[in-house]
Amino acid sequence: MPLKTFRQAINDTLVQEMQRDVRVILIGEDIAGGTGCEGDGDAWGGPLGVTKGLISEFGPDRVLDTPISEAAFMGAAVGAAMNGLRPVVDLMFNDFVSVCFDQVCNQAAKCHYMYGGQNSVPMTIRANTGAGISTAAQHSQSLHPVFSFFPGLKVVVPTSPYEAKGLLTTAIRDDDPVIFLETKLLYDMEEDVPDESYEIPFGEANILREGGDVTIVAVGRMVHVATEASAALARKGIECEIIDPRTTSPLDTETILESVEETGRLVIVDETTPRCNFATDVSAMVAQEGFAFLKAPIRMVTAPHTPIPFAPNLEQLYMPDPAKVSAAVQQVVGYQG
Amino acid sequence: MEKSKLLTAYRKMRTIRDFEERMHVEFATGGVPGFVHLYVGQEACAVGVCSQLEGNDTLLGTHRGHGHALAKGVDARRLLFEIFGRAEGLCGGNAGSCHVHDSSVRYIGANSGVGSGAAIACGVALAAKTRSDGAVAVPLIGEGAANQGVVLEAMNLASVWKLPVVFVFENNGYAEATGSDWAIAGGELWGRAAAFDMPGVAVEGHDFFAVSEAAAELIDRARKESRPAVLELRQKRFYGHFEGDAQTYRGDGEVDYLRSERDCLTIFTDRVIAEDWLTKEELAVIDEEVTTLIADIYEEVKEAALPAESRLFDNVYASPY
Repeated sequence: MPLKTFRQAINDTLVQEMQRDVRVILIGEDIAGGTGCEGDGDAWGGPLGVTKGLISEFGPDRVLDTPISEAAFMGAAVGAAMNGLRPVVDLMFNDFVSVCFDQVCNQAAKCHYMYGGQNSVPMTIRANTGAGISTAAQHSQSLHPVFSFFPGLKVVVPTSPYEAKGLLTTAIRDDDPVIFLETKLLYDMEEDVPDESYEIPFGEANILREGGDVTIVAVGRMVHVATEASAALARKGIECEIIDPRTTSPLDTETILESVEETGRLVIVDETTPRCNFATDVSAMVAQEGFAFLKAPIRMVTAPHTPIPFAPNLEQLYMPDPAKVSAAVQQVVGYQG
Repeated sequence: MEKSKLLTAYRKMRTIRDFEERMHVEFATGGVPGFVHLYVGQEACAVGVCSQLEGNDTLLGTHRGHGHALAKGVDARRLLFEIFGRAEGLCGGNAGSCHVHDSSVRYIGANSGVGSGAAIACGVALAAKTRSDGAVAVPLIGEGAANQGVVLEAMNLASVWKLPVVFVFENNGYAEATGSDWAIAGGELWGRAAAFDMPGVAVEGHDFFAVSEAAAELIDRARKESRPAVLELRQKRFYGHFEGDAQTYRGDGEVDYLRSERDCLTIFTDRVIAEDWLTKEELAVIDEEVTTLIADIYEEVKEAALPAESRLFDNVYASPY
């Protein structure tokens, strides 16, 4: 199996799905890069190079660069999706949903329901997410909880190149609007990824590590933070079970509850501010459905209730890290009722 | 215009008028859930535009949309059932007055973000362009919504992507309770078109013939050249922003003037009879048929079944969740 980066796995998936289905089109700012310029018309492939080469292969009718008009092109994607196309929209930074919230959360999410099922909205919205490269408070947020709030949307947060390919394939083939969040710090991660296409179903969690002492639930890069913490904890004799739900909507509550039933302890790691986030959501679900399993209070490891700072040292302080996860795990393991 | 088209136009305008006048009465007696925004006085706008549309063209309505839907060919009975939140409504009772939608006649419902249809229209037109079927997309946009950024973004995108979209601005004088002359810098929406490299035309919206002629030219150009255009229609509404609006922002005698001097149905009728295009008898037959239709459906809707409780959970997702 060839080694591929997260970035390459996404690019491969887009190529394969566009070859497979002519209805799949790409829309976004600079996804070709160079449109209307004198030089290379395939200059960028998005600011992070994820869609490089696609306009050369598929042409400007299927790879549509846009003006900086998120509301217009996101709305256009909704209209196109209701009329037989399957747009994959690159929002660039997930923070930019603030200027097309109506299109994503009122229109894409609700059209199928409001119209009594007359039109589905098969579109995928790709966006990068997360802190760690000093892009400050308006380019670094992790907004999966915001999207997960809305019935009608499905929300995917892949953790690796292999996962990204399978989940993006499922997203593009899905008949509902899917938010696909690519963690910035994972773009250069390498992993063996099959050349052939494959789907990973939504709503089915991945158990990355089995362990009987504590269940850790995390998404995106936080899965790797939890994994690093669990290796150190194992040396102290604490065995963690790590669950990656893959999708925050739908959420595989069953796998989480089954694990907590075994371990009796739960830590949730979420790179978001602490209120109304993925961690509080899972915590509330387990408190309601699995209270009897718990031997200790649930712990949440999140960012603080602050905007994301720019200065690298403060940004590191902001993000959950293995030390914070390790401390939380030891706290729940050491809990004496 | 062919006689059959004139008869169709009259029937649609008369249906909208009677549908809405009866709605005004029903709302006052409390039988209608939610908000309703009546189209009375503006019938010639949507009907004039739709007289130039073909079956595969798409119309995108606004919250003042009962007339938009009827003009595009939506069934009056199922529209009414939707407005009353009944099971047989076009959207099964999930949309109501503001969002009613009928894909079978290519009518797309309105959005709470009032200018949003302009952007959706770009995608509808993009899909049409991809299919190369010559279809156009026509978003109707209130003059209040015209000041939203999404509308300006959509106009720019339609021009940059060379899309067959005709942006129709219905300037009815008021954005809720705010005057359009005050809220629109420069006062003219059609004039914005030039900045986006597209033609812009303004006509009086109470004149069916002026509307349909202007629409014909712009829609034809959009269809043949795959380029956008702007049509501004000026006609004040006869009722309030929504039912229940006391309309104290209006000038003295304004509605009386509109009803006596700028009623599109009177103007249409006078013209077609004066020109010998239609006869009083032909119009009277339509009047009678519409009167019966409206009476029947308003009687039927009150007894119509409500959506089953299980419908709450239907259609959240199109594929398994």
